[in-house]
Amino acid sequence: MLRSVLSNDFPRSRVLTALLVVIVLGLAFAPFLFPGAKSLSVAAKILVFIVLVASYDLLLGYTGIVSFAHTMFFGIGAYGIAIALARLGPTWGAVAVGVVTGLAVSLVLSFVIGLFSLRVKAIFYAMITLAVAAAFQTLASQLSDFTGGEDGLTFKVPEMLSPGFSLAEEPFLGASLDGKLISYYLLFFVAVALFLVMLRIVNSPFGRVLQAIRENDFRAEALGYRTVIYRTLSNVLGAGFATLAGAMLALWLRYNGPDTSLSFEIMLDILLMVVIGGMGTMYGAIVGSTVFILTQSYLQDLMKLASGGVAHLPAVGGFLSALLSPDRWLLWLGVLFVLSVYYFPTGIVGKLRTRALGGTRRA
Amino acid sequence: MTPSLETRNLTIRFGGHVAVDSVSCAFVPGTLTAIVGPNGAGKTTYFNLISGQLKASAGEVFLHGEDLSSLPAPLRTRRGLGRAFQLTNLFPNLTVMENVRLAVQSRARLGLNLWSIWSNHRELLGKAEEVLEMVALADKRDVAASALPHGDQRKLEVAILIALEPEVFMFDEPTAGMSVDEVPVILDLIRKLKAERDKTILLVEHKMDVVRELADRIIVLHNGALVADGEPEAVIASPVVQEAYLGVEVKA
Ligand SMILES: Nc1ncnc2c1ncn2[C@@H]1O[C@H](COP(=O)(O)OP(=O)(O)OP(=O)(O)O)[C@@H](O)[C@H]1O
Ligand SMILES: [Mg+2]
Repeated sequence: MLRSVLSNDFPRSRVLTALLVVIVLGLAFAPFLFPGAKSLSVAAKILVFIVLVASYDLLLGYTGIVSFAHTMFFGIGAYGIAIALARLGPTWGAVAVGVVTGLAVSLVLSFVIGLFSLRVKAIFYAMITLAVAAAFQTLASQLSDFTGGEDGLTFKVPEMLSPGFSLAEEPFLGASLDGKLISYYLLFFVAVALFLVMLRIVNSPFGRVLQAIRENDFRAEALGYRTVIYRTLSNVLGAGFATLAGAMLALWLRYNGPDTSLSFEIMLDILLMVVIGGMGTMYGAIVGSTVFILTQSYLQDLMKLASGGVAHLPAVGGFLSALLSPDRWLLWLGVLFVLSVYYFPTGIVGKLRTRALGGTRRA
Repeated sequence: MTPSLETRNLTIRFGGHVAVDSVSCAFVPGTLTAIVGPNGAGKTTYFNLISGQLKASAGEVFLHGEDLSSLPAPLRTRRGLGRAFQLTNLFPNLTVMENVRLAVQSRARLGLNLWSIWSNHRELLGKAEEVLEMVALADKRDVAASALPHGDQRKLEVAILIALEPEVFMFDEPTAGMSVDEVPVILDLIRKLKAERDKTILLVEHKMDVVRELADRIIVLHNGALVADGEPEAVIASPVVQEAYLGVEVKA
C-alpha cells in the first residue's frame, strides 16, 4: 500500500524519514499546532511551494532542463483563477473555468516553447525561456483591463472558502472553524495529491527515460528514445503542475498581481529551494520549501531577538547588534544559502541519503 | 541469402575531408563481417552513418529494402539497428542495472508509460538480469556506471547493446582497453550471437587474431573507401591489406 502510494521511492534515510514525517504532520495540523494568521499563511505558502518546487525538480533535477519560465506558468495559474473569479463571480464553476483555462494556456505555451527550442543547447534554451518570461511579465502588466496591471486583482472566493464563512460557532481545539481553515485543508489535500502524482511520474518508466536524458541524451537517442518528445512532455508536465500551484496560491490569497506570482525573485527562490532540498529527489521539494520559507518568514524575528540579546555585551555589543539588526536579514539569508550549497552540494536529501548509505556500509 | 543491411554510395565529407567515401556494401544475416582499416580510416564514421548519429552527405542506408536515410537515430534503433560505442557511452550516475534496463525498456516500447511504477516491471528486471549474467556484471548491478573500472564499463557498453536485442549488431572495438582475462567474456558473447544465425553482425576490430577467428568475411576501409572485401584468408593475404593495413599495424 505505502509502497504503491510512494511509488516504491522511499526516503532511504532514517533521519530524512523523520524529517519528512515531522514536516507533513506539522503541515497537516498547522491550524491547531500553530494558531494565528501569520503562521497559517506561512504553512499555506509552504504547501504551494512544495508543488511548485517539485514541478521544477521534474524539469531541472530529473530531465536536466534549465528553464527560467517556471514562474510564468505559476503566474498563468494564479491569473486564471483571479481573472475567472473576478469576472464570473465567486462560484466553484468559476474556479473550474479558471483552472482549466490556466492549464490550457500553460500546456499550449509550454508545448510550443518545448517543441521549438528544446533542440537547442541548454544555455540557449535557458535564455529563450528568460526572454519569454520577461515578455509575459510585461504583457501581464500592460493588459491592465484584464489583469489589473501592476495593482493586480482582488477577488472573492466561493463562500465556503471565504474568511466570513463559519462551520461552527465554537472554536475547535483552539482553531476557529472558518473558511480560512477549509481553504487551508483544500490546499493541503491538493498539495499531497499533486506531490504523489509527481512522485509516481518520476518513478515510472517515463521518469527513468528523463533521467537517462539528463545523464546522456546522445545515448538515450541511440537506445531508441526520441529525446525531443520526452523533453517536451517533461516541459508540459512541469508547466501543468506549476499552473496548479499558481491556482492554489491565488485561491488562498484571494488576490493576484505580478509580484505575487510572476516576479523573477520567485524564480530565484524556486531555484534555491530545489538546490537546498536536493535536485532530482522530489523529497527535496518538501524539505527545501519548508526550510527556505520558514527561514525567510522568521529570520527577521529571530534576528530581532538576537540583536537585543547581544546589545548589552561590552566592546563588540554595538557592532554585533548592528550586524544582527533585522534590516540585515537579506544578507544573512544570502550567507545561509551560500553555506548550505557549499556544504550540501547534493542538497539536504542527497546529504542524508549518502550518510545513510555510509552508515549501513560501516555496520 | 538476401541482405538485411545495405549501404549504397554512403559518403560523408567534413569540410574538404572525405571521411567515408561512397561505400556500397550489403550485409547478410548469420554472417559476421569484420571491418578493418588503419586509425582514421573511417570505420567509426561508417557506423555513425549507418546508425544515424551522423547525417550522410550522399548515399543511402537500407534495412530490408526500407530506406532509412532520412530517419533520425532513435527510429533507426527501433527498426533494429543496434550500436555499441568505441568510446564508452553510458548513463554515468545511474546504476549498472538501470543502464541495462533502459535498453530493455526501449525494446519493450515502454518509455511513454507515465503511470506504472518502474520497479514493478518484473519482466524488464528479469531480462536485464539475464543480460548482466551474460557479461558477468550481475554482482555489480547496484553500482553507478561511473564507478566501474574501465573493463567493466566496456562490458556494460556491450550489455546495453545485447539488451536492446537488435537485428543488426554493430560492435566498435568492443575489447579495446580490456584486460586479457576480460576479453573472452565478450568474445564468447559474440560467438553466441553468431550461433543464433539470424543476426547480422558488424565488428570493428584491430586485433588480427580475433578477426581471423570470428570473421566470416572481412572488408577493409582505407581513407574512407572500401578497398577490399571477401573471405578472411584471401583479404588478409591481399597486397592492398598487407600494405595499407598491416603495414600501419606493425608500426602502431
Ligand atoms: N565529426 C567529425 N568532424 C570532423 N572530422 C571527423 C569527424 N568524425 C570523424 N572525423 C574524421 O574522419 C576520419 C575517420 O575517423 P573515424 O573515427 O571514423 O576513424 P576510425 O577508422 O574509426 O579510426 P580508429 O581506428 O582510430 O577508431 C578521421 O580523419 C577523423 O578525424
Ligand atoms: Mg573508430
